[in-house]
Amino acid sequence: MSMIKLEKINMSYEGTRVITDLSLSIDQGEYLYIVGENGSGKTTLLKGLLRLKKLDSGEIIFGDGLKRSEIGYLPQKTEIQKDFPASVREVVRSGRISRKRFGLFYSSSDKKAAKNAMEKLEIKNLSKKCYHDLSGGQQQRVLLARAVCASQKLLILDEPVSGLDVSAAREMYDIIDMLNREGMTVIMITHDIERVIKSKGHVLHLGKSHALFFGTCNEYKSMAADGGLWEKSI
Amino acid sequence: MSEIINTIINYGFITRALIVGGMISVCAAMLGIVLVLKRYSMIGDGLSHISFGALSFATVMGFAPMKVAIPVVAIAAIILLRLGGKRIKGDSLIAIISSSALAFGIMLISLSGSSADMNSYLIGSMYAISEGDMLAAVVLCICVISSFILLYNRIFAVTFDEEFCKATGINTGLYTTAIAVLTSVTVVIGMRLMGSLLISALIVFPALSSMRIFKSFFSVTVSSIVIAAVSFLTGFMLTLILDGIPTGACITIVNLAIFAIMAIIGAIRNMKK
Repeated sequence: MSMIKLEKINMSYEGTRVITDLSLSIDQGEYLYIVGENGSGKTTLLKGLLRLKKLDSGEIIFGDGLKRSEIGYLPQKTEIQKDFPASVREVVRSGRISRKRFGLFYSSSDKKAAKNAMEKLEIKNLSKKCYHDLSGGQQQRVLLARAVCASQKLLILDEPVSGLDVSAAREMYDIIDMLNREGMTVIMITHDIERVIKSKGHVLHLGKSHALFFGTCNEYKSMAADGGLWEKSI
Repeated sequence: MSEIINTIINYGFITRALIVGGMISVCAAMLGIVLVLKRYSMIGDGLSHISFGALSFATVMGFAPMKVAIPVVAIAAIILLRLGGKRIKGDSLIAIISSSALAFGIMLISLSGSSADMNSYLIGSMYAISEGDMLAAVVLCICVISSFILLYNRIFAVTFDEEFCKATGINTGLYTTAIAVLTSVTVVIGMRLMGSLLISALIVFPALSSMRIFKSFFSVTVSSIVIAAVSFLTGFMLTLILDGIPTGACITIVNLAIFAIMAIIGAIRNMKK
């Protein structure tokens, strides 16, 4: 059974239809890249998956008993976070927030999950540092650690390398690849076509109102070589 | 010193002002952390003007002031925090609503011909706090402080990243509403002492001062509470010593001094790095 199944979904952004009759399914452990021009509805689609935005019609079915609190989401950065007084540990632990109702303290299992996530992303040494004093790459790692802390099954990433320099971006991709190898399903919006055509997962290429392509990265690459869709989109 | 302590014990209204002011300062400081970080520093100012309008209306019409002001201000706060920024930008919306409410209040009071009330609402006075006010303040402050403690982790998470929290299924709108209601209650009670013009100092100063030095949410929270208590007590003592200067002004000046000290310490620390 697939983890997420989209059935003929339609979505709009500010009154304009951006996703039309999109159907696809994503299996456990899969790696899906979502690419397309600005305004093609990439973020709108992610918000639909996260149930932050209503569908005009169609259905998204979550299989394998995937609960909403089991989605690890890495949103784009916000203005507020620029001078927010928060330690790395506080941010990572907040990934557990949906499992917890009240109280000043996190349970020992929450603390352990945060510790494991920080170790995995190699930011344990930063745990007491202030989030806004970190470099862009480190900040993204912290937010990814929070997502990992929230979920062991599914990561939804909205342009995780935007604004990072080449080496920080590469490190970020390597970490995400590692998480995927460990069994995490990954859905990621990216502009990095170079990266996509070298990868092993699936690609969804969104056009102005319709999906232009859905298939494996390999097929996408050969289409690109033929000068089809890829040319047009760049 | 012993003279001041004697005064405090012997005069009931001073004791009441001390209890209400102390509790309100702590509540305002806690809520202020969220409001400052969410870029809503001006909301306290806006709400206090609305509260001024509502209190004037209640006084002129002969209604119980709190019963009118708290719901009116709470509704305004919810509108500003939840709907602000959709059609008219948040800060412009606050400016429009607050100046209109202020004008409305001044007009009503002038028509009724009692300018004494106007001064006490605008500038605040420790004589203005009745026993009923004190009781209401104590109950409401306990609500604010206990909900802040119970929801501390969620308040952090929602303030830091609303989108993330929404995605994991947290009803973030509920938190915004809760913050709006608690803030309005704090403003309505606090403005009797601080005055409509100065209540927002209690909201913004402790958080902003703390953020000069402290870098984690927890340390900023603790420091804001301490700063709120210290600046209130110092300001209150100043009022008693410097006879005739309103409490609100004294507390605000003390807050400003603390802010300046913290800003200097913060700047020196940054230079060392």
